[in-house]
Amino acid sequence: MADLKPVTLRVAPILGEPVLAAAPARQSVPFRGGGFAPRRLRFVPLVTFLLVLALWWVVTHYGWVSDLSLPKPGEVFAALVAMVKDGSLAVNFMASIRRLALGWALGASFGVVIGLTIGLFSLARSSALPLVSALFPIPKIALLPLFVLWLGIGEVSKVATIAFGVFSPMVIATFGGVDNVDRGLIRMAQSFGVPRWTILTRIILPGALPALLSGARISTSIAIILLTAAEMIGAQHGLGAMVLAAGNLMQTDQLLAGVVVLSGLGFTLSQIIGWAERRFLHWR
Amino acid sequence: MDLMAQSITHAYGGMVILQDVSLHVESGQIMAVLGPSGCGKSTLLRILGGLEKPDSGGVFTTGVAEAATLNPLTYVFQDFALVPWLSVYGNIELALRHHGLSRADRDARIEGVLTRVNLREFAKALPKQLSGGMRQRAAIARALAVSPAILLMDEPLSALDAQTRALLMEDLKALWQQSGFSAVYVTHNLSEAVQLGHKIAVLSRRPGRLRELVSIDMPLAARRDDSPELLAIRDHIWHLIRDEAAMADREMVQNG
Repeated sequence: MADLKPVTLRVAPILGEPVLAAAPARQSVPFRGGGFAPRRLRFVPLVTFLLVLALWWVVTHYGWVSDLSLPKPGEVFAALVAMVKDGSLAVNFMASIRRLALGWALGASFGVVIGLTIGLFSLARSSALPLVSALFPIPKIALLPLFVLWLGIGEVSKVATIAFGVFSPMVIATFGGVDNVDRGLIRMAQSFGVPRWTILTRIILPGALPALLSGARISTSIAIILLTAAEMIGAQHGLGAMVLAAGNLMQTDQLLAGVVVLSGLGFTLSQIIGWAERRFLHWR
Repeated sequence: MDLMAQSITHAYGGMVILQDVSLHVESGQIMAVLGPSGCGKSTLLRILGGLEKPDSGGVFTTGVAEAATLNPLTYVFQDFALVPWLSVYGNIELALRHHGLSRADRDARIEGVLTRVNLREFAKALPKQLSGGMRQRAAIARALAVSPAILLMDEPLSALDAQTRALLMEDLKALWQQSGFSAVYVTHNLSEAVQLGHKIAVLSRRPGRLRELVSIDMPLAARRDDSPELLAIRDHIWHLIRDEAAMADREMVQNG
């Protein structure tokens, strides 16, 4: 047994070189891709809402936060139900919705028309665009006192403030959208002799629609902010007036109920725009 | 209908792109325009169809188009230029709707051209649902729908992969045999020019000038990639353009 020789194990040679058992260990190539691709997870939105609600319930139920600063979720809900029952919510909600719808529609239609002319004509681009750029950064709520002087304390001044706030972002979204329409498509249409009006309605407007919808998304949130602020400055009815009145009386349950309604309003509007995007931009 | 360009000269911001280019596209023939990148071929095509104004020189047509012709000079674009929110049907209809045809007449035209390019089942499809070759066939169908007198084709195969290109080349030859259309076919691809052109206008590097006009008498149907006659012509043209192509290439790198 003494003359047994040590055995050398051989691994199959790769690329011609004989590899001994002592060859370097095999290493797997580490994975470096992936990520940067967020997806929608189905139940996470609901669960997140419930978690926040649960946290709210816990901190108020155990008295970690005083009732005066933050009422319990149940109390806010009860206040909401009470406002629905005595009809005050309906009155305030309808007053707000009217101002919002009027103001937004007015501002958005003017904005789209001016945005289109800026997108299509050199003269409009050179004259109206600098003007709009100068108007854009003005906090529109600062103009409300002026509008009140001009148009009175009634509805018109509030609607005008909202319309004015919606106008500039819609102008900028529209002319940006028109600028981004593929020039090749316009030349194609011209090469087939398609009339200008048809080019506008069938090429330019649909091509600018994605920008118009994202402009609508931004301008509706601006409109809600201005609505609330204008109603806080001087209104008998409206969600903003309701929230302010509740705050003055330290009725935080009613105050938060109003805030919940405002949040629900904004959320609903953004859902509607999301639906419009899926419905009208399916070609993307 | 014949199409004639007379001493076209054109410059962009002081840089001369085309210099004194004259062409005569005869009815029923395909004129291939060949040249290195940046020689102004596409500009020339846009000028030929009235999408751009030349600095000097002019474009004329002689003869009258057939009665069925709605848009005598009709483009086929390199990037297809299909409207993404319109279906294949809608894209063709866009080119027809302002001509005051009856609905039945319009639909008959659309169905006819879709049959010719084998896209009948895809009338309702959106461009994004089609492959590259199908998109270009849809664009060709749109061009044929207006019964053009002269097709102006701007590198119609360049955006396609090699296999699709070969197939569509066969389709184009078959279409020409069916209807004998006239066309200006702009390309930087020598083999495409030799396969399709009755005449080949070879342009020089920028500023683009007409260097040579090569006629190929062989019928389109008989042309094969390896026919000796075609190989000789390819060789001849390659010698004409190879130095220029190399120089143009270096120029692009320097400028870029």
